[in-house]
Amino acid sequence: MRIKRLIMYFVLFTLALLMLMPFAWMVLSSFKEADEVFTYDMTWLPSSISFSGYYRALTEQPFLKYTFNSIFVSLIITVAQLITGVLAGYAFARLNFPGRNLVFIIYLSAMMIPSQATIIPSYILIRKMGLIDRYAGLTLPFLAGPFGAFMMRQFFLSMPESLEEAAVIDGCSRFQVLGKIILPLSKPALASLGLFTFMGAWNDFMWPLIIINRDAMRTLQVGLSLMRADLYPDWPMMMAASVMATLPIIIAFLSAQKQFIQSLAFTGVRY
Amino acid sequence: MHSKWKRLGNEQTKTALLALLPSFILFCAFTIYPIFYSLYLSFFNASLLSPTRAYVGLNNYVNLLQNPTFQKAVRNTIHYTIGVVPIGIALSLCVAVLLNNKLRFRNFFRAAFFAPVVTSMVAVSIVWTWMLEPNYGLINGVLAKVGIAGPGWLTDPAWSMTSVILLSIWKNLGFNMVIFLAGLQDIPIEINESADLDGVTSFQKFRYITIPMMRSSIAFASIVSMIKSMQVFGQIYVMTGGGPANSTMVVVYYLYQQAFEFYRSGYASAVAWVLFAAILILTLAQNRLLKSQ
Repeated sequence: MRIKRLIMYFVLFTLALLMLMPFAWMVLSSFKEADEVFTYDMTWLPSSISFSGYYRALTEQPFLKYTFNSIFVSLIITVAQLITGVLAGYAFARLNFPGRNLVFIIYLSAMMIPSQATIIPSYILIRKMGLIDRYAGLTLPFLAGPFGAFMMRQFFLSMPESLEEAAVIDGCSRFQVLGKIILPLSKPALASLGLFTFMGAWNDFMWPLIIINRDAMRTLQVGLSLMRADLYPDWPMMMAASVMATLPIIIAFLSAQKQFIQSLAFTGVRY
Repeated sequence: MHSKWKRLGNEQTKTALLALLPSFILFCAFTIYPIFYSLYLSFFNASLLSPTRAYVGLNNYVNLLQNPTFQKAVRNTIHYTIGVVPIGIALSLCVAVLLNNKLRFRNFFRAAFFAPVVTSMVAVSIVWTWMLEPNYGLINGVLAKVGIAGPGWLTDPAWSMTSVILLSIWKNLGFNMVIFLAGLQDIPIEINESADLDGVTSFQKFRYITIPMMRSSIAFASIVSMIKSMQVFGQIYVMTGGGPANSTMVVVYYLYQQAFEFYRSGYASAVAWVLFAAILILTLAQNRLLKSQ
C-alpha cells in the first residue's frame, strides 16, 4: 500500500514537473542576456539575472500599448456580454412573448456555428462600416452572443419565480425586479460568464489579426505573434514579453483557482 | 392574484422585446447574417479586393476538393486530430483518476495541470518554439547531454506535426482533466468500497469500474476535443506557418490564407462551409450523446 502511494506521488510529481517545464524555461530564459542564449551547451540558469529582455520588450516594442489595447478590448467585451446576456437570458427565462421558443431554438442552434465559418462576412461587414483599425471593429462582433443568453437563461430558470411575482404585483417594473432582486442573487453565474468571456477575449487571436493593420491598435496576442516573425529572434526579449503576457492570467488563476475551474467546467458545453 | 399576473402579458411582450433587442441585433448581424452570406459567397468567384463577383455555381467546391493543398490540409487536420485526441484523453483520464485519490499537494497538482489551459495559445506557442529551437533550445540541449542529436523539430517536415501535437496535448490536458474529475465525482463510493473488500486490484477497478462508469464523460470530452482539433489555428500560425513544405497546413490555416492573404473570399467561404458541415456532424453526434444520458 505504502509503495503504491509512493509510486503514485512519483508519477504525479514527474508529470506536474513536465507540465511546468515550459513555464520554467520561459521565466529563466527571460532573465538571460541577449547573446547568452546562443550557446551550444544549453544551461537552465542564467549566468546572472538580467532585466535587459524586459527592458527591450518595453522600449523597443509598443508592449504597453498592446497590453492596454488587450485590457480595454477585453473589458468592453466582458461588460457588454454580461449586460446583453442578462437581458436576453431574462427575456427567455421569465417573459412571455410571441415566438419566444422559436427564437430560443435559433440561439441554441447557432452555438454550433464555429467562428471561422462567419469570419469572412463579419470582416466584410466591419470593413463596410469603416471600423478596420478601430476599437469598435475589435469589439463589436463579440458584444453579445448566444452562449451568454443561454447560460443566463438556464441560471434564471433555476431560481424560484415567487420572488419576482410578489415584486411585480407590488408594482415594480421588470427592469427594477431584474436589477434589485435577480442580479444580487446571480453573482456566481455572472462571475462565471464574466471570467469565461474575459479569458476568451484576452486570448482571442484570429479576429484581431485580420481586423487590425496599424501597430498601435494591435492586441497583446497579435503583437506577440509578430515578435516571433522577426528574422533574428531575440529570445530573452520574447520570453520576457511572454512572461508579462501570461503572468497576470496565471496570478488571477492561482488566486481564484476554484472559480476558474468551475467557470470552465460550467461553460464546458462551449469548449 | 394570478389573473393580475396574467394581465401583465402585453406589457411583458414590450419589456421582453426591449430586453432582447441588443442581443438580437448583434446576433443577427454577426452570426445569422454571416453564416448565410458565406454560403451565398461560396457560389461566387469573389475577391476581398474587388466589388464585382461572378456566379460560378458549385465550382468553388469542385476546385476545392481537387486542390492538392486543401487535400493535404484535410489529411493533416485528421492526422493532428488522431494525434491529439486519443493520447490527450487517455492521459488526462489517468491524471484525473490519480488526482481523485486523497492526496497531499492536491491543489498544487491540479494547478500545475490546469495552468496551460488559462494561458494564451500565442504566448505558449512562442515558448514552445524556443524550447524546440534546434541549436540552442531546451529539448535538443537536454538530448545532446545524453548523446542524442535532436531533430529540427519545427523545421523538419517529418517532425513538425508531432511538435504541434505535443504542444496541443500539453495545453489541453487540464481541460479534459476537469471534465473527468467532475465525472469521477458521480461514481458512487460504495462501488469502489465493495470492490476493495473483494480484493480487486487498482488496475481491475480502473478497467471494470472507472472506464464503464465514465463512458459518457469520455465520449463527451472526445467529441469536444475533436471539434477543437478541427479548428486548430493559433499554434500553427505562430510555430510553423503551415510549413515546412505544407507539413502542418491545416484546414483553418488554409482558410485564413485563402481569405486574408490571397483575398479569395468566395473560395475561402466554400472552405468555411466544408469545415462547418464537418463540425455540425460532430456537434449533432455530441447532442445525441448528451440526450441519451
